[in-house]
Order: sequence, then structure tokens, then C-alpha cells
Amino acid sequence: MKPGSLYRRLNLSAFTLVMIFLYIPILILIIFSFNNSKIVAGWKGFTLKYYLLLFQNEQIKLAFQHTVMIALTSTLVSTILGVLAALGLENKRFKGRKVLRALVYVPLIMPDILMGVSLALLFNFLRVGTGMLTVFIAHVTFCLSYTVIVIQSRLEGFDYSLVEAAMDLGAKPWLIFWKVKFPLMVPGIVAAALLAFTLSIDDFIITFFTSGRGFDTLPIYVEGAIRRGTITTINALSTLMVGFTLLLVITTKRIRKLLLN
Amino acid sequence: MRRALEEIRIEHLTKSFDGFVAVNDVSLTIKPGELYSFLGPSGCGKTTLLRMIAGFETPLTGRILLGNQDITQLPPYKRQVNTIFQNYSLFPHMTVYENVAFALRIRKLPNPEIDARVREMLQLVKMEDQAAKYPNTISGGQKQRVAIARALINKPKVLLLDEPLAALDLKLRQHMLIELMNIHDAVGITFIYVTHDQSEAMSISDRVAVMNQGNIIQSGPPDDIYERPASIFSAYFIGDTNLIPAEVTSIEEDYVDLKCQAGGQDSFEIDSTFNIKPEVGQKLTVSLRPEKIAVSRTKPTELDDINVIKGVIEDILYLGTHTQYIVKVGNLKFRVFDQHKRVYFDEAALDWEEPVWLFWHDTDSWLIDEVTPAGLDVGEINVFERPIQMSRGGKRIPRSE
Ligand SMILES: Nc1ncnc2c1ncn2[C@@H]1O[C@H](COP(=O)(O)OP(=O)(O)O)[C@@H](O)[C@H]1O
Ligand SMILES: [Mg+2]
Repeated sequence: MKPGSLYRRLNLSAFTLVMIFLYIPILILIIFSFNNSKIVAGWKGFTLKYYLLLFQNEQIKLAFQHTVMIALTSTLVSTILGVLAALGLENKRFKGRKVLRALVYVPLIMPDILMGVSLALLFNFLRVGTGMLTVFIAHVTFCLSYTVIVIQSRLEGFDYSLVEAAMDLGAKPWLIFWKVKFPLMVPGIVAAALLAFTLSIDDFIITFFTSGRGFDTLPIYVEGAIRRGTITTINALSTLMVGFTLLLVITTKRIRKLLLN
Repeated sequence: MRRALEEIRIEHLTKSFDGFVAVNDVSLTIKPGELYSFLGPSGCGKTTLLRMIAGFETPLTGRILLGNQDITQLPPYKRQVNTIFQNYSLFPHMTVYENVAFALRIRKLPNPEIDARVREMLQLVKMEDQAAKYPNTISGGQKQRVAIARALINKPKVLLLDEPLAALDLKLRQHMLIELMNIHDAVGITFIYVTHDQSEAMSISDRVAVMNQGNIIQSGPPDDIYERPASIFSAYFIGDTNLIPAEVTSIEEDYVDLKCQAGGQDSFEIDSTFNIKPEVGQKLTVSLRPEKIAVSRTKPTELDDINVIKGVIEDILYLGTHTQYIVKVGNLKFRVFDQHKRVYFDEAALDWEEPVWLFWHDTDSWLIDEVTPAGLDVGEINVFERPIQMSRGGKRIPRSE
């Protein structure tokens, strides 16, 4: 055997191992969501009853609505703010640019728990009752760093001579923005929005600290349900979420292709 | 699409970047409809000058006038001047059609008119069949054409072109050069053309301004600059030349006697007609174009108005249309171009290290009122060394034993 092929084999087996660790749990989850048994042990026959239970569960429906609502609104707001912030940070005449740019990165490194606790303390200090509003604010806060960075990195590669070309052809600054700069920013904006959306949908820690009682998102509900021991509907729910995520990945690819023609 | 043309007057234009003077007190007038070139080495301020005309840079001092209108402070979108950018700068998110239509869409013209004019422009640049493509799917030459159509659609009074051919390969460059001249003829507006390539400027321009370090060294028709260089820089930058350090020994009625140092004790005498009025004892430089010199192993018989000096062939380079000889006279090296005519001299080919006669007409010893810079004379070489362009098919003649 050649040494090169040994190396390749090792690589391949390491890769297989990683894939097993990543996907076996998900596979088990999917299989057992169709298992006719209350506990995850042994196959007791195929059933869809947990999916039916899932759709009859008002709490889950409510948590689902909350999650989607929070994800959509916080994505929208954090993306818009992200566009404005990225454009502002690009302006060379803006003095505090360097400091702000560094500050934008901090929430990325900061542990979620720290962010959650500090936000909870802030809301408490301001006497804002926890609930939908606080969760929304918290989500916008942690998504914002990501949207700014994604949009900004796209702007960095922007060819300024295109602005000059547009100006040369008679476009005033406002039109240049809408006809040239913004369309070229769109792929970055879409990427930022998708990132914000996925971050918001599955956030647990920060939501946990800022939601209080009575406002559950899906991750919060799932955690509670597991603690109470109802694992089976959760399996069904998780399987649906896996499907949804896959769908998202595929559409994202489509959208990107479309945008970058 | 001919329209009332206007001349461009540039008056005492200066621009500096953090104290570095990029354009220094430039004044010039460009006639209506002219194809005018700024020619100079990289970094001499050509682009900066062009960007001030386009409105992307504000001059420190001076004015730019288009006709009677002072446009110095106008923003680019208010000037009837359009630019072809060096890297084309086509909008990547728009089709060729939309790129060309851009200026008209900005002005909110009715669609049928936009369509008619875009089609007309695409036809002018021979890109009708590529209208639906995106810029990243067409070739460099095609991008160039789209950039031209896009810049011309608004019927500007002046078109600015910043090294428009620099990114193209040699064949395409020659082709596009002719195309540009045709387009200039077709639209009839003023073109200002920036290049560092002297042959490009020579072949395309009505007039050329030779630039160096932010200054205009000389301006005029290409042949004028070539035949009558006013400075060592323009003699060197346009075409090849021999620069000979010389001292005026006497001034006669219709010629000047010059003594040329050839290193050590060696010197030789040459004559020149007056293109400047020198004084006896003055040190100056003679520019002598390589193609003006004849080379032969026999001494010419008719010596009136002819300079004759003796040298030895050091190098022979066959270049197809002509042969280049490097001939040593004392320590000076002369570059001589000899076309392969056998009409006047029916003699066998010259060989390495052969003693030869160099001769040329008095009027071709062109006087430049500058002392030959150090390094040119003491360096024992009076030819500005430039890489010989082997792409022309240069072939070194093997030394015969
Ligand atoms: N925006 C700028 N900031 C600082 N220096 C500049 C700027 N633009 C041009 N320069 C300098 O001015 C000089 C002339 O540049 P340019 O006009 O681009 O030359 P060219 O087009 O002849 O090559 C160069 O030395 C260049 O470094
Ligand atoms: Mg330049």
C-alpha cells in the first residue's frame, strides 16, 4: 500500500466518524418520531399519532407562532439596522468608525449567557415587564452584530469606480444608491437576513433569560417538555424542524443563484 | 448625432495630494472635435488631469472651461462630459442593454426613445447581438465596446478615455485603435485620450501633449513632436533617438559647428541647422533619430550638408522591416535603423566589428537646449537604453567567424 493511500484512508475514516457523530443522533430522532412507544427504546411499530398529537397541542401551536413572529420581526429590524450601520461604518468622514467597528464584533465572542443575564438585568432595572417585547429586543440585539458584519463584508469588496461611472452618466447620489449600490448589496442583505432568521429561530439561552413566564418560543417549550418527560411529541416536532431547515438551505441556494445570476 | 461643438480650455490647473503635486500649472486648449492625447509615463498625472475634467477631482487652482462655461466646480453628473474608465466599470447587475440605457433611464426618457437610441449605440459599437448578456459573460474587447456605447449615449460634448486599450492583448489593441478612430469620425465629438503608449498616441491623435511629473513638456501634432522634440524628455519618450552631448564651436551663416565628446580624447565634429539660436561655447544635446542615419562601408562622395563620422559595428539586430545596428564611435554608441533597400547601395551585408561610415543630413541633427544629463555621457552610451521589442520578430544575427 502506498503511503498516500494510507493517508487518504485515514482521512476518509475520520470524515466518516465525524459524519456519524453529526447525523446518527438526528437519524435516531427521526426514526423514533414514528415509533409507537412512549420511551426511546426498541421499535414498537410505525405510527403517526405523535404528529397528530403535535397538531392538537395548543401550547406547541402558540410557541410556534411566537417563534415565527419573533424571528420575522427581529430579522426585519436587525437587517434594516444592519444595512444602515454598515453604510455608516463605511463613511470615512465618520470619526468613531474604528471603535464602533470593533464593538460590533464583541457580541459574537461574548457568551450567550452573559448577554442573556445582562439583558434580563437591564429589563428588570428599567422595569419593563418580560414577554414578547423583551424577547424581540433581545433577538434584535444579538442578530444585529451578525447582520452588520455580513453586509459590511460585502460592501468592502464594492468597486467604488461603479459609483463614479454612475455619477459620470448623470445619476445624482440618491439615484446612484438605489440603482447601483443597493442592488449590489442585495445578496449580502439576503444572506444577513437568513442568518438572523436561523439565529433567532433556535435561540434558547438569551430567550430563556428574557422571556419570563408565559411567553414560550419553541426552544423554550421543548426544554420544558423534555424536563416534564414528554419526549415523543418533541421527536415529531424536531423531525419537522429538520425538514424545515433543509428546505431553508435549499431555497437559500436557489435565491443566491438567482441573485448572482 | 453631430451637435454644436465647443473647445475646452484648461487654465493653470494644479492639483496636489497631501502636498504632492500631481498636476502642475497645466494650461492647454483642445479644439472642437479634436482627438487629443495626454501621453506620459505612469504616474505623471494623466489620470488626475482627466479626472479633473470629468469632475471627480477638484483642482487646487485653475479653471476648466467648456465653451464659455466654467465647469471647474460642477459635479460630474452636471457635465456634458463622459468617461471610459480604465477597467470599464460596467454595472455587473445589469445586462449590456441596461448598461447602455442607464444614462437615459436616469433622465426618465420614454421607453421607445430609449430603445431606439440604445439600439443605435449598440449598432455603432457592433454589439447588437449581445444586448441581453451580462458583463461578466462577455470578453474584454466586448466590455470595451459596451463602455463606449454607454458613455456616448448621452451625446456628450467630450469623451474622456483613460488608457482604454491597456487591458487588451496586442492584436485586439491594434484592432480597437482603428475602431476608436472610426467611432471618433462617426460621432465627431472631442475625444481626450490618455495613454502611456507612444505608438498608440502617435497613430490615433490629432495632437498630443507629452507629460512628465505633472507638467506638459510639449504639445502638438505627433509628427511635429517626433521631428521637432523641444526637450530631451520628448525626444526620448516619443520614438527612439540618439542623444549626443555637444558643444558649440562656431556659428556660421546657415549652420552651426558642434564638437562632440566621444570619451577620453576622442571627439568629432558635426553640423546642424538652426532650430534654436545657440551661442558659441554653449553645451547642448543633439537628438538624432536612428532612421535618419545611413550606414555604409563606403564613404559617401557628395559631402555638402552631410555629416560623416567613422565607427565600428558592435551589434546587429534583424527586426524584419529594418535592421538595427549599434555602431561605436569612440565610446559613444549610435543606434542606426537601416531599411532593407538595395537601391542606393549595392553592397554585401555589413558584419560584426566592421568599420563603417555613418552619415546624415545637417537638418537631422536636432538641437535641444539642454545639457545631456549625467549618466548618459559618462555612461559611455548615448542611446537611452530601452528593451528592444522582440515581439516584432527581432532576431539577432549570429556573429560570423
Ligand atoms: N487620490 C490620490 N491620493 C494620493 N495620491 C494620488 C491620488 N491620485 C493620484 N495620486 C498620485 O498622483 C500621481 C499621478 O497619478 P495619476 O494621475 O494616476 O498618474 P498616471 O495616470 O499618469 O499614471 C501619482 O504619483 C499618484 O500616486
Ligand atoms: Mg492613469
